[in-house]
Amino acid sequence: MKNESALKDWTLIILFAAVVLTMPIWLKPLGANYPDLMQKFAIFGLFAIGFNILFGLTGYLSFGHAAFLGIGSYTAVWSFKLLTMNVLPAVIFAVVMAGIFAFLIGFVSLRRSGIYFSILTLAFAEMSFNMAYSVLTPITNGETGLQLSLKDPRILDNFQGEGIPITNLFGVKMSGMPGFYFCAAILIIGFFLSVRITRSPFGMMLRAIKSNQTRMAYTGFNTRPYLVWAFVISGMYAGMAGALMAVTDPLAGAERMQWTASGEVVLMTILGGAGTLIGPLIGAGIIKYFENIFSAFNEQTLNEVFGALPDTLQNIVVKIAGLFVGEGWHLLLGLMFLIVIIFLPGGIMEGFRRLGKLFRLSGRSA
Amino acid sequence: MDTIILQVLNGIDKGAAYALIALGLTLVFGTLGVVNFAHGALFMLGAFTAVTLRELLTLSKKVKDESVTFFDAYKEIPYLEIYLGDFGTAIVDYAVPLSILIAIPFMLLVGLVMERGLIRHFYKRPHADQILVTFGLALVLQEIVKKFYGANPIPQAAPDIVAGSANIGAWIGMADSMVYPWWRLIYLAFALAVIFAVFAFLRFTTFGMVVRAGMQDRETVSLLGIDIERRFTIVFGIAAVVAGLAGLMYTPISPPNYHMGMDFLVLSFVVVVVGGMGSLPGAVLAGFLLGILQSFASLNEVKSILPGIDQIIIFLVAVVVLLVRPRGLMGRKGIMED
Repeated sequence: MKNESALKDWTLIILFAAVVLTMPIWLKPLGANYPDLMQKFAIFGLFAIGFNILFGLTGYLSFGHAAFLGIGSYTAVWSFKLLTMNVLPAVIFAVVMAGIFAFLIGFVSLRRSGIYFSILTLAFAEMSFNMAYSVLTPITNGETGLQLSLKDPRILDNFQGEGIPITNLFGVKMSGMPGFYFCAAILIIGFFLSVRITRSPFGMMLRAIKSNQTRMAYTGFNTRPYLVWAFVISGMYAGMAGALMAVTDPLAGAERMQWTASGEVVLMTILGGAGTLIGPLIGAGIIKYFENIFSAFNEQTLNEVFGALPDTLQNIVVKIAGLFVGEGWHLLLGLMFLIVIIFLPGGIMEGFRRLGKLFRLSGRSA
Repeated sequence: MDTIILQVLNGIDKGAAYALIALGLTLVFGTLGVVNFAHGALFMLGAFTAVTLRELLTLSKKVKDESVTFFDAYKEIPYLEIYLGDFGTAIVDYAVPLSILIAIPFMLLVGLVMERGLIRHFYKRPHADQILVTFGLALVLQEIVKKFYGANPIPQAAPDIVAGSANIGAWIGMADSMVYPWWRLIYLAFALAVIFAVFAFLRFTTFGMVVRAGMQDRETVSLLGIDIERRFTIVFGIAAVVAGLAGLMYTPISPPNYHMGMDFLVLSFVVVVVGGMGSLPGAVLAGFLLGILQSFASLNEVKSILPGIDQIIIFLVAVVVLLVRPRGLMGRKGIMED
């Protein structure tokens, strides 16, 4: 039995890797196969996977995970500035730094549960955001955002060429498609780890905390260390996502830490299906797709899409559809939240599950 | 001394807005057990009833401007002025306070429709679902308002008679330099009146007594044969009205735009939690407390000692309060801790 489920997990991971690596091919008909957007898919997917380890497994809803995203970005950019343009040290430092901060914030916030925990994390993240904007300007460069400059020491690089160098992995430039493949590789590793964590005794413990924390305490388990570890791990995922943002575009701004960014990952996770392995990724993909593709639509593209319709009908359809794209893409997003959450309480993954059940049932009766 | 009093006033007035939003938020939470992320959108809708009323009142007709003789010039005169003369002008001038009359039934209707149509299906669902669905609703409402009124803030004037500043210094025998905008004083008085009205309603009416009993123990109240859900729906309507009025009266202080609700929402949540989930006095107390602390932190003297404190004070206080008092200032045990 155990071997069977392990086999299933491996199939899932290999399938997942195949799907991620072939993204440039199957995203083409959707018009989303440009590297910039695919990098975002991978980065926010990673962010959501990490968030899900905390929220999906333990049920603790953090409203301040963007802080770790920002910390990861800042650390990575500083590594580019001071040490080297190689991305490996940047990524490692970012994860470690995010882990340290996650430990500190998690240690304090996890003294409370429920909404009190949510507000504590929100408070810490908003403090980080506001300080990055104001007092910490020497470190964060305030409103302008932290950028690379020609005067940076970069002590490990003896490169003295013209202009600002590009981030690289041992010489391979990390922009465009190679950048995407780097993010994709890390996403696959992150997914693999999240599957292992979910299946491990540790993951089991986290789910037990979600179902009944009091019972856990009565059976003699101290739940806090598990929660703190879950918080640190998910903070490290966020730090990694932040570092990847800096890798693909070496710039870090404070707005990455704002509550809207924290809220975004919450929405991604719930939309896709909290507690499922793939759900958060689907949620992240959909929201980023909406944000980048639908917001770029204008009347002309709509006319092309509905060009086959008769003229009067086309005009009406374009008028109506025009409300939901371009500037109004938030309306579409809001409606989608409403529809998904009203009809599919478990997120999009529940929709898939229901479809699967339907087909299996009809298959059996036939 | 002057500066201290002024800062307290400044803070009270922002605190009044926080308190009003937090009051509605915690009322909904205490009765229905729903975390309403669309509450900020209700605040925004209230503000836009004032904008709408002004636009309706100033529907204008183009008439020839007689004072320009060199060429044909046209100016717009509101119909109201044409038909009612000076009285019409006065009505336009009082657009903001007048819109209260429209906002009360309108917000009540919005609240009831929202509760019956959407929220009530989410009583038993996890809080995460409630957050997502109300957030989705807030996005939709925002976008609809943006479609009609655009993305830019629309300034609203207070009535001329209270446009200037009150010379508070002279009243209490202090320096003449102590002035404070009239409208902010009115906002403060208005907020206090609304808060007292809500409390009095809950305390001294039979309806309020039933609602309070329902907040304590919903099951027993329904076993007694009282349709508590129906009353809670009305409470939601009242919360919507309170949020709407708070937004409407805020328009002369800060010009409304479509995302003003979201900006207030997060801070209001902090206020509610610091006050203690489900505690009405707690919400009001925390609202004023945080408002005043924030305005003190933005004093230059304070900032020179603790740089950047004005940016983080609210959150810092929230952290400290939650660590010292686990359920906020006046929260009860066992609410929303799982």
